[in-house]
Amino acid sequence: MNQTPKLNSFRSGPDEDGRFGIFGGRFVAETLMPLILDLQGEWEKAKTDPEFQKELSDLGTHYIGRPSPLYFAERLTNHLGGAKIYFKREELNHTGSHKINNCIGQILLAKRMGKTRIIAETGAGQHGVASATVAARFGFPCVIYMGATDVERQAPNVFRMKLLGAEVIPVTSGNGTLKDAMNEALRDWVTNVDSTYYLIGTAAGPHPYPEMVRDFQSVIGIEARAQLLEAEGRLPDLVIAAVGGGSNAIGIFHPFLDDESVKIVGVEAGGRGLQGEEHCASITAGTPGVLHGNRTYLLQNPDGQILEGHSISAGLDYPGIGPEHSWLHDIGRVEYVPIMDQEALDAFQLLTRLEGIIPALEPSHAIAEVIKRAPQMGKEEIILMNLSGRGDKDIFTVGKILGMEM
Amino acid sequence: MTARMDQKFVALKQEGRPAFITYFMGGDPDFETSLSIMKALPSAGADIIELGMPFSDPMADGPAIQLAGQRALKGGQTLAKTLDLAKRFREEDQETPIVMMGYYNPIYIYGVDRFLDDALAFGIDGLIVVDLPPEMDDELCIPALAKGINFIRLATPTTDEKRLVTVLKNTSGFVYYVSMNGITGSALPDPSLVAGAVARIKSHTDLPICVGFGVKTADHARAIGAAADGVVVGSAIVSEIASSLTEEGAAGPDTVSAVATFVKGLATGVHGARLVAAE
Repeated sequence: MNQTPKLNSFRSGPDEDGRFGIFGGRFVAETLMPLILDLQGEWEKAKTDPEFQKELSDLGTHYIGRPSPLYFAERLTNHLGGAKIYFKREELNHTGSHKINNCIGQILLAKRMGKTRIIAETGAGQHGVASATVAARFGFPCVIYMGATDVERQAPNVFRMKLLGAEVIPVTSGNGTLKDAMNEALRDWVTNVDSTYYLIGTAAGPHPYPEMVRDFQSVIGIEARAQLLEAEGRLPDLVIAAVGGGSNAIGIFHPFLDDESVKIVGVEAGGRGLQGEEHCASITAGTPGVLHGNRTYLLQNPDGQILEGHSISAGLDYPGIGPEHSWLHDIGRVEYVPIMDQEALDAFQLLTRLEGIIPALEPSHAIAEVIKRAPQMGKEEIILMNLSGRGDKDIFTVGKILGMEM
Repeated sequence: MTARMDQKFVALKQEGRPAFITYFMGGDPDFETSLSIMKALPSAGADIIELGMPFSDPMADGPAIQLAGQRALKGGQTLAKTLDLAKRFREEDQETPIVMMGYYNPIYIYGVDRFLDDALAFGIDGLIVVDLPPEMDDELCIPALAKGINFIRLATPTTDEKRLVTVLKNTSGFVYYVSMNGITGSALPDPSLVAGAVARIKSHTDLPICVGFGVKTADHARAIGAAADGVVVGSAIVSEIASSLTEEGAAGPDTVSAVATFVKGLATGVHGARLVAAE
């Protein structure tokens, strides 16, 4: 008997037009096309340039603090009484989240391309802080677009960005959240296309951004895979991460996609429930459409108008998702599930008390899913979760909800 | 491609003047008012009408057109209703070419085939879809051309010689030269730079070159009209509509007449310009 040939890899996308199945692509105004093609060319060269890779790796080690630890959450494991739970501690990175991994990579590209000005959008402010940080480190002027609503609920991060020398522009159009900030950043880019590099913070947008951001974030999964093999001598049974745009998730998922024994779960923001419009569960409750340069799952009405989502976590408050996640959902490789605001809030408090780690509200959604699944699994099984950011920025939001005087 | 568009440019060439192309947002501030505005445009001097399709996330538009889209959506406008505007307009006017302009997602959700069938049936002559560059031609451009609807492409100052060939490949009807990098409603460009850019594009194509972005007054229109086959005015017209509305954003008693008067003024500018080729 002939052996059945192994199926194509889940890790070979996107194709040359930036497509993952029907998702992805380059849906942008003509003004931006020449620049996007330049960026793609520069990225292709950088990928195989040993000097670029060395600079990236050196900055990873000495500036970000890589590798981030893999941590066995013993007390949480015992509390839940099921699978062994490991955290990939991305919250220990410089600037407090995984966002810096991508920012370092892209600022090196901006420098190679001779750009003189950085713009970025931010929701929770983690990407804004990371962008302002690398802009300071490399001496670029930096403008951050942030929804006016987010400016209010993430005040500490706004202050950090300003300290770092960035100009923070509150965006009042729409609901004043991440989607509106991205529109405004695109308007700036189209106006200042010659001088400006747009440092997109998530694995979405026009090709090559989804691929490029994924590759910069894949360091998370590559390290975690090696660390877990060393600690346990085997792969995890389940990998879990929270998904807004999806950069921390694709970063930890991607290196495991071809490991058939590894089940992978992405956690979307269920907000106040999926019945109405107060959630950000693009895959669970959305449909495919075209926004911000790519085709992907979106929250939209029957006329194709994009809806404003809701989440307790500003970082998940986006009505779309990276195109590779849409594809991984459609082919069934990754399962996407919603977690409600209240469940995330409970998980936030549980982790803080049991492990002495204050997580950001974004990975608190992933923790809530771990809390559901670990007790259903055997004690010999292993869960790997991406603890993508720390919760210092969220204490005011949480305090307000819990009715504490701040 | 649609005879209506080609005949219009032939007729204008014989008159020796550029085309005056007017943009407004379908459904701004409500369906009936925008239908009245549309009907008033040809007699006010518009040669071609650009009918805006509102979208929740207009990434390439400035504040004036963003707000117009928000007003239209708030008034209940949908893509189906924007198509219906064209249908109602065509009941009385079979001469004036209509170009629908907007973003891809509402068309994608409506269904590309269904949209093109309706557009053809309702007398649409061309499409401008901002977020569909040549790399995405399979989505809508090729199907539209196959059905005989023009696909009008934007060329910009970032479009270099090599890129121009790609941009012009499946373009028909006319080429819309965006006179500056930026969003709609930005400042007026230097007419001499525009003339150079138009000449550069003309060396690659026989299609008419129409210029837009930043034209706000009759003088602007005359200056740009001297250098191009057509002048597009959008944000200024949309702003005129906005300033005629009540505090609640509803149509005022003079909304339609104010827009018609404003467009007449701009038309004098365009009609005063002579086509370079005709001199």
